[in-house]
Amino acid sequence: MRYALATVLLALFVLAWQGVATLHSVDDLTLASPVETFEALRDDWSLLKDNAGVTLVEVVLGLAISTVAGVSFAVGMHLFRPLRDAAYPLLVGSQAIPVVVLAPIFVLAFDYGIGPKLAIVALICFFPITVNLLDGLRSVEPELLKLMRSMGASRLRTLRSVELPASLPFLFSGLKVAATVSVIGAVFGEWAGADEGLGRLVLLGNNQLQTPRVYAGIVLLTLMAVGLFALVALAERFACPWNRKEQPA
Amino acid sequence: MQTQTEAPAMESLSFSKVTRRYRRVTALDGVDLSVRRDEVLAVVGPSGCGKSTLLELMAGLQEPDEGTVSVGGATSASERRAACAYMPQRDLLLPWRDALSNAALALECEGVPRSEARRRAEPLFERFGLSEFEHARPAELSGGMRQRVAFLRTLLPGRQVLLLDEPFGALDSITRASMQRWLADALAQDPRTVLLVTHDVEEAVFLADRVAVLSPRPGHVVAEIEVDLPRPRDVTGAGFGAVKRRALEALGL
Repeated sequence: MRYALATVLLALFVLAWQGVATLHSVDDLTLASPVETFEALRDDWSLLKDNAGVTLVEVVLGLAISTVAGVSFAVGMHLFRPLRDAAYPLLVGSQAIPVVVLAPIFVLAFDYGIGPKLAIVALICFFPITVNLLDGLRSVEPELLKLMRSMGASRLRTLRSVELPASLPFLFSGLKVAATVSVIGAVFGEWAGADEGLGRLVLLGNNQLQTPRVYAGIVLLTLMAVGLFALVALAERFACPWNRKEQPA
Repeated sequence: MQTQTEAPAMESLSFSKVTRRYRRVTALDGVDLSVRRDEVLAVVGPSGCGKSTLLELMAGLQEPDEGTVSVGGATSASERRAACAYMPQRDLLLPWRDALSNAALALECEGVPRSEARRRAEPLFERFGLSEFEHARPAELSGGMRQRVAFLRTLLPGRQVLLLDEPFGALDSITRASMQRWLADALAQDPRTVLLVTHDVEEAVFLADRVAVLSPRPGHVVAEIEVDLPRPRDVTGAGFGAVKRRALEALGL
């Protein structure tokens, strides 16, 4: 039922898109119709596929880096109060940096390779992962912490047995947000300077007035984000099975 | 019970002129109270009289502002923590662990590896009426079963002193009655020094060797009543009613 409804809405959206695109008042260079987009996907498939592969690697590696960094940072901030107090404003500030502006500077600093793309993806994804995990680590009831203390648990034991498992659902919430914004990060990185990648292809298509190819690239980028989100959601089901059922009061 | 019991020391508990304040509120004011080894002492009192504070002080989770709290002569918070098994009102089971691993948690906190802790918990599941629920998650257990798992967790490390904070407060009355019977049996087989906090006078008289009545805040002991009734106790008996009436009178009811 869930999937049926989603499919219906998606179909309606594509229909509306087709309708708007065939209006005479809409310029073909502004909006490619779903049919044209599909044709571009079919005709340029090998080009799109190769470039999508490059972007996917940037996204997945960037996500991996930000996950490792975010988890370490959140745990460090949780265990060490002065670090949290000192670094929290910086952490929030990092999210306010306009990545569009930063991307060209990263390219200057790291050159044209994969480096600046990873840096930008990691910078964007770091915040939701760190903040969510930190909230999760702090979500444990004081009574439970008191009980652990009464049982003689060490700080690390409490972290391992109570705080980390309790914060897993929070971590996955952060990862879901990160998975979707990571693709945007990779595109920004490629726009600032790249030889390959879907973001670069879309930018190039825009300049060369190949509108259907631009839309085909956007469709693939969207699918990538949705696919990553679904993977994280699936991983969550396996990692936190207790979280699926309603808990009795 | 097949739990390890520590070397029998002078395990008596004592509060001596204990006062505890929170900002402007005085929770406990000059409490003098002691528990003999293997005695069950129930503390009853109106809500907010500092009953739970009393337990947390003994458990080494708080320090008194005045007076001394000791377990078998030891007065430091860390010694008290090491000597007492504290059981809070709610079961606080970890939802991601099965019943066996939840029961094993206290042992793990003492450094016993998880597999070994689970192996030591396993034989007790049958005695606690939990067999076949070893691998059930807390969400799949009834309230009474969850409380028994919490009891197992409390008892397994074999600490001689049990500090129970309204252990049956969250249960329905039928489950509560059967759990009270079950606890009375368990303590008859494996005596421990118990400090039991409750707001239920009948529960206090049913389980305890002695009942201490606290005043409204700031809490101090207004009466200590010996419960000199044979076990297992009959809640409908005349003797039971008489003791209960004395406790209620001390509460001003």
